[in-house]
Amino acid sequence: MLGSFAVLRKQSLLGDAISHAALPGIAIAFLITGAKDSNVLLLGALISGLIGTFWIRGIISKTHLKSDTALGLILSLFFGFGMLLLTFIQKQPNANQAGLDKYLFGQAATLVESDVWLMAIVTGICLIVLLLFWKEFKILLFDADYTKTLGFNTRFIDILITTFIVLAIVLGLQTVGVVLMSAMLLAPAAAARQWTNNLGIMVLLAATFGAFSGVFGTAISASQNNLSTGPVIVIVAGIFVLISFIFSPNRGLLFKQIRFIKNRRDLQLHKTLSFMYHIAKTHENISHPHAIKILNNFQGYTKGTLQKLVRKNYVNLNGSMWSLTEEGFKTASNLYNQQTENNG
Amino acid sequence: MRLNKMMTQDKNNDETPAFAGSIAVKVDDLTVAYNYKPVLWDIDLEIPEGVLMAIVGPNGAGKSTLIKSILGILNPIAGSVSIYGKSYEKQRALVAYVPQKGSVDWDFPTTALDVVMMGTYGSLGWIKRPGQKEKKMALEALEKVGMLPFKNRQISQLSGGQQQRIFLARALVQDASIYFMDEPFQGVDATTEIAIINILKELRKANKTVIVVHHDLQTVPEYFDWVTFLNVKKIATGPVKDIFNDDNLTKTYGINYKVSIQE
Repeated sequence: MLGSFAVLRKQSLLGDAISHAALPGIAIAFLITGAKDSNVLLLGALISGLIGTFWIRGIISKTHLKSDTALGLILSLFFGFGMLLLTFIQKQPNANQAGLDKYLFGQAATLVESDVWLMAIVTGICLIVLLLFWKEFKILLFDADYTKTLGFNTRFIDILITTFIVLAIVLGLQTVGVVLMSAMLLAPAAAARQWTNNLGIMVLLAATFGAFSGVFGTAISASQNNLSTGPVIVIVAGIFVLISFIFSPNRGLLFKQIRFIKNRRDLQLHKTLSFMYHIAKTHENISHPHAIKILNNFQGYTKGTLQKLVRKNYVNLNGSMWSLTEEGFKTASNLYNQQTENNG
Repeated sequence: MRLNKMMTQDKNNDETPAFAGSIAVKVDDLTVAYNYKPVLWDIDLEIPEGVLMAIVGPNGAGKSTLIKSILGILNPIAGSVSIYGKSYEKQRALVAYVPQKGSVDWDFPTTALDVVMMGTYGSLGWIKRPGQKEKKMALEALEKVGMLPFKNRQISQLSGGQQQRIFLARALVQDASIYFMDEPFQGVDATTEIAIINILKELRKANKTVIVVHHDLQTVPEYFDWVTFLNVKKIATGPVKDIFNDDNLTKTYGINYKVSIQE
């Protein structure tokens, strides 16, 4: 759901950076409290995720570095630091330490009821905020400068969106893990974008895709032994993306190709027909038969197109002689007029 | 007919502030820098009410920056801006902005009507959603720019000129007194250029003030009555017929501008 906004802001990688940036937060929270209470750990993740995000912002606005450089830098820096802390924790003689690495790849099986409640509540809050500030989010994403001139506090809207993206990521960490979280954020949104040109529908679809991947992924991993849930969920989401890329009606590759071929065929037919029209026009009787050889002068002519014209009843074929039918002549003259109008 | 309508709209506007003289926009000592180098240096500018003004100057002269600083999108290092004698923040409702077409992603999932409706967001304020009244205003604006048949078109499927007209319609919806436009003629075909210039002239007839960043020097005398030459510093400002000459063009563009454009 929130992924839609990340995709539309062309900040897709931000999700990746945030999820990696959350890792040291988890480790530090554990070091301080010494307990494995997931709420505390997630709070740590939230804080370090937010710090990472604002550092990225800072680097982009204060230096000449491009955003991908800043993202890559923060991502690997935080992740490296997080891994360092994790290995340090593992060396400690604390019986509690085992299982922290589940945040790397996620482990949905370890979720307990309170975790699910937390997720539901935060999702609910996200939904309410989204509905309330729908108009503001939309206009900021489309045209930030203009939004500012209308008197909106763009910084506030911006921080609001970013905070909720970070929240969503941090919550997903337990299920999918640091490494795969960004896929969970982006895949449903990217898939949804293929199907619609309406922001509202896009967000709804993304949420649906996300939920379905979650349910299917969990079901598949539960039915087999030794299949961890997180990766399966991500793969299911990936399949949604693949299907959307190929089969969506407007932007999909398949239909684009079909449309492309169909348009070319139509143009070829029109071209042949209009060529015949020009020849036929010079005769008093439009159905005056012509030798098929004349058409050889015309580049686009093929037997196939001529046969198609016959089938459409635009042309009569009699041995090696062709003649335009009444209908063919009319269609051709319409086409001709349309073209001259368009040019004029 | 359309003119009459605009005049009546103007009357409604008269309830708003007591106009200090007839200076619509006043800029004092405005200086803007991105890093170390100033992009605008010590700009003083007074724009009278009701003029159709072009801002001309070479690339990098700070034309867009000037507009963005006046509108508070950029923070100047020094200087102040007033709209009808009061600060811009207080007079926001009187000002509309048409950004450069290239500044947004036109693949954004929304329709032409939706973009024009955004012009009403400012008067709506936070959280409140646009309703029937706002929709009607947006449709009227679309009609003014001749884009009504395209209202439900996805914006990426519009031509460059049509996209520009959508932006113009969005500003018209705001029903402002002062319009700032950043290169509205950039990359548009002749039809759109004529459509835009007709709207500009209508706005002027309704005593609105229009400030346009403009690149095509040839058309300045034909389209505009007021002009500002800008190249980091303000070179000159005033009526086109008085100051649009080789001398100022040379000062602004550096090269010896001998082509007498006014012929």
